[in-house]
Amino acid sequence: MLFDKHNPQTDEMIQIMDQDGVIVRPDLMPTLTVEEMIKMYKTMVFVRVIDTKTVQYQRQGRILTYAPNFGQEATQVGSISAANKSDWVASAFRELGVWLHKGIPLYNVLLYWYGNELGMKMPEGVRVLPVNVPIASQFQHATGLAYASMYRGEDDVVLAYVGDGGTSHGEFHEALNFAAVKNTANVFIIQNNQYAISTKRTNQTKSRTLAQKAVAYGMPGRYVDGNDVFAMYAVTKEAVENARKGNGPTLIEAYTYRLGAHTTADDPTVYRDDEEVKAWEKKDPIDRFRKYLISQGHWDEEKEKQLIKEKESIIKEEFEKVEKSGFVSLEDVFDYTYATKTKLLEEQYNNIKAREAREAK
Amino acid sequence: MLVLNLIEAITDALDVEMGLDDSIVVFGEDVGFEGGVFRATKGLQKKYGEKRCFDTVLAEASIIGSGIGMAINGLKPVVELQFSGFMFPGYNQIVTHAARMRNRSRGAYTVPMVIRMPYGAGVRALEHHSESLEVLFAHIAGLKVVIPSTPYDAKGLMIAAIRDPDPVIFLEPKRIYRAFKQEVPEDDYVIPIGKAKILKEGNDLTVVSWGAMVRDVQNAIAIIEKEGFSIEHIDLRTISPIDRETIIESVKKTGRFVVVHEAAQSFGPGAELITIVNEGAFLYLEAPPTRIASPDIIVPLPKGEHHYLVNKNTIKDELEKVLKY
Repeated sequence: MLFDKHNPQTDEMIQIMDQDGVIVRPDLMPTLTVEEMIKMYKTMVFVRVIDTKTVQYQRQGRILTYAPNFGQEATQVGSISAANKSDWVASAFRELGVWLHKGIPLYNVLLYWYGNELGMKMPEGVRVLPVNVPIASQFQHATGLAYASMYRGEDDVVLAYVGDGGTSHGEFHEALNFAAVKNTANVFIIQNNQYAISTKRTNQTKSRTLAQKAVAYGMPGRYVDGNDVFAMYAVTKEAVENARKGNGPTLIEAYTYRLGAHTTADDPTVYRDDEEVKAWEKKDPIDRFRKYLISQGHWDEEKEKQLIKEKESIIKEEFEKVEKSGFVSLEDVFDYTYATKTKLLEEQYNNIKAREAREAK
Repeated sequence: MLVLNLIEAITDALDVEMGLDDSIVVFGEDVGFEGGVFRATKGLQKKYGEKRCFDTVLAEASIIGSGIGMAINGLKPVVELQFSGFMFPGYNQIVTHAARMRNRSRGAYTVPMVIRMPYGAGVRALEHHSESLEVLFAHIAGLKVVIPSTPYDAKGLMIAAIRDPDPVIFLEPKRIYRAFKQEVPEDDYVIPIGKAKILKEGNDLTVVSWGAMVRDVQNAIAIIEKEGFSIEHIDLRTISPIDRETIIESVKKTGRFVVVHEAAQSFGPGAELITIVNEGAFLYLEAPPTRIASPDIIVPLPKGEHHYLVNKNTIKDELEKVLKY
C-alpha cells in the first residue's frame, strides 16, 4: 500500500508532479508506458479542444447548454485510466474525459448536449450510466452496481463521480455508509473544482478536506492534487485494485479548479475574480503534463500542433453530423416510457401524430 | 407604478415584504451572493444583509427541513429550490412535515413558509428542468399551491403567500419570467389565495388555464372568436385550495368546459377540475367537459420537446370541437 500512511484530515495533498511538470515524488510515480501516457495526454487535449469548440458553438446559438470541463482534465483522465474496461462508471454531467476514455463516441456526447436522448444510449460494452443531473444521486446507483457484481462473484469495480457541492447531499453520505457497511467495490471520486455554481467550497462544508469525510464512514480517504495526472492515476489505481481484491471502498478528493463556467448559462465573473482564475491557470493540468512529456523527449511542439489540428477537425466533423441529425421523432419520445406502449399512450401518440400531420400541411 | 416582468415582480414582492417584516428570511442555493440562477433574489442580500438572505449548501432536504424549523420558531422563510425537478430530496420534508406540523401538534406549531420553485417546459432545457408537478403538491393535505401568470398577480400572490399562516408552494412559470412587462404598484398589495380570475367574459365556453399556458390559451381564443364564438377565460391562479365557485358559476352560464394544462394528462389537475364541473354543473352541460394536457411521457429534451408541449393549434382544435359538439 503506497498511500496507507496518508491522513486525509491534514492539508498534505498527494502530489507526484508539480505545476512545472517536475516529478517531485519519484517513489510514488506509477508505472506507465510511454504509449499509455501519450494516450492519456491525447484524451486530455481532446477534452480541451471539444470544450473550446462547443462553447463557441453555444455562443453561435448552435447548441443550447453545455457544461465545460476546463481545468479538470487530469482529474477525469487520470482516474479513469486506472480502471479496467469492465469496470462501471456512475458519473454526473462534467466527466467528458471519463466518457471518452470509456469509449462513448464524441458524436453521442454532442448529440446529448444538442438535446437528443439518443446520445446517452451507451454502445454495447460501455459500462457508463447516462448523464445524471440530480446532484449526488448517482452515488447510490454506484453502490447498487457494485453489490450486483459482488453478488455474482465478479470483480468489477464501480467508479462514481460527484462535485464538491454534491458532498452536502444526503445521497452522498448514505452511499458512503452503504458501501462501507456492505464492503462493496466502489471508488468514490469528488471533483472538487471549488464551486457549486456560485457557492465556494469553503462555504459548502467546514471540513478541512472533503476526503476526510471518509474517516466517519470507516473507509480510506485520499486528498489528491487533481491537476496532477500521475497522482490521480496512482491513487485511483491503488483504490481500484484494493476494491477489486474485496477490501472495500475508497473516497478520493481531487483538488482541482473549474476554469470555465458551471454551464454556458452561468456567468462566473459575478462570483469570482480574475486573479483567482489566473492563479489557477498556472496550475493547468494539460500544460503540466505537456512539460513533463517534452522534458522526457516523448512530445514536441510539432506533435502538439498536429494533435490539435487533428482533434479540431474531428470535433468539427462530428458536430456537423449532429447538426444534421435534426429533431427527435415522435416515436422516439413515446417508445421508451415502458417496455410496451400502453393503450392510452398509443392513443396519445396517434392524436399527436395526426395533429402534426395537419400542421405540416 | 413600476413596470416589471414576472421575475422582477417576485423580487419586488420579496423586497417590499422584507422591508415590512423583520422575521422574513430568504435562502436557497446561489440565492444570496449571486441572487439566484434566475436572479429572483437579486440585490436582497446587499440590502438586508447575509443574515436575512443567504446561500445554503447544496441540499434541498436541508433547505426545506431547516425552513420548517425556522418557521416553527417564529421566522417566515421564503426558500428557493432551483428547479422544481430538483425538489424531490426536499419533497420528503414538504410532505411528511411542512404539510403536517399544524395537525400533528394540534395547532401549537405551524409552518408559515413559502417554497418557491421555477417550473414548466418550453425553455429547451436539460433533463429535470421542465416538469409541471403541481398535482404532487395539490394532492397533499396541508399545502397550498399557487401559480401566477402575470407580473401583477405574481407580486400580489407572493405577498399573500408570505402572509399566509400555512406552507405555500409557489410555482413560477419560468417560460414567461421575462416574456412581458406590466404595471405593478410600488407598495404592498395582496391577491387572495384561493381566488381565480376571470380574464375575459364569454357565453359559449369556459376555459380554465394557469401559468405559462394562459397566454397560449389567449392566443387560441383570439383566433376562434373571429369565427363568432364568445369564450370565457379563467386564470385559476391557485391550484389548491381551488376556487370551485368561480368555475361552477361560469359553466352554468356557458354550458361548456375545457381545462388546458401543461402537466401530463393522467391523474393531472384536469381530472380534478372536470370532477368539480360534473359535481357542480352537470345538468347545465351541453358537451362533455374536456381536458387538454401533455401526453403521459417523460418531458423530452429540446430536440423532441415540440411533440410534448400543448400548442396553440391543439388548443384551438379542441376548443372548436367542444364548441361545435
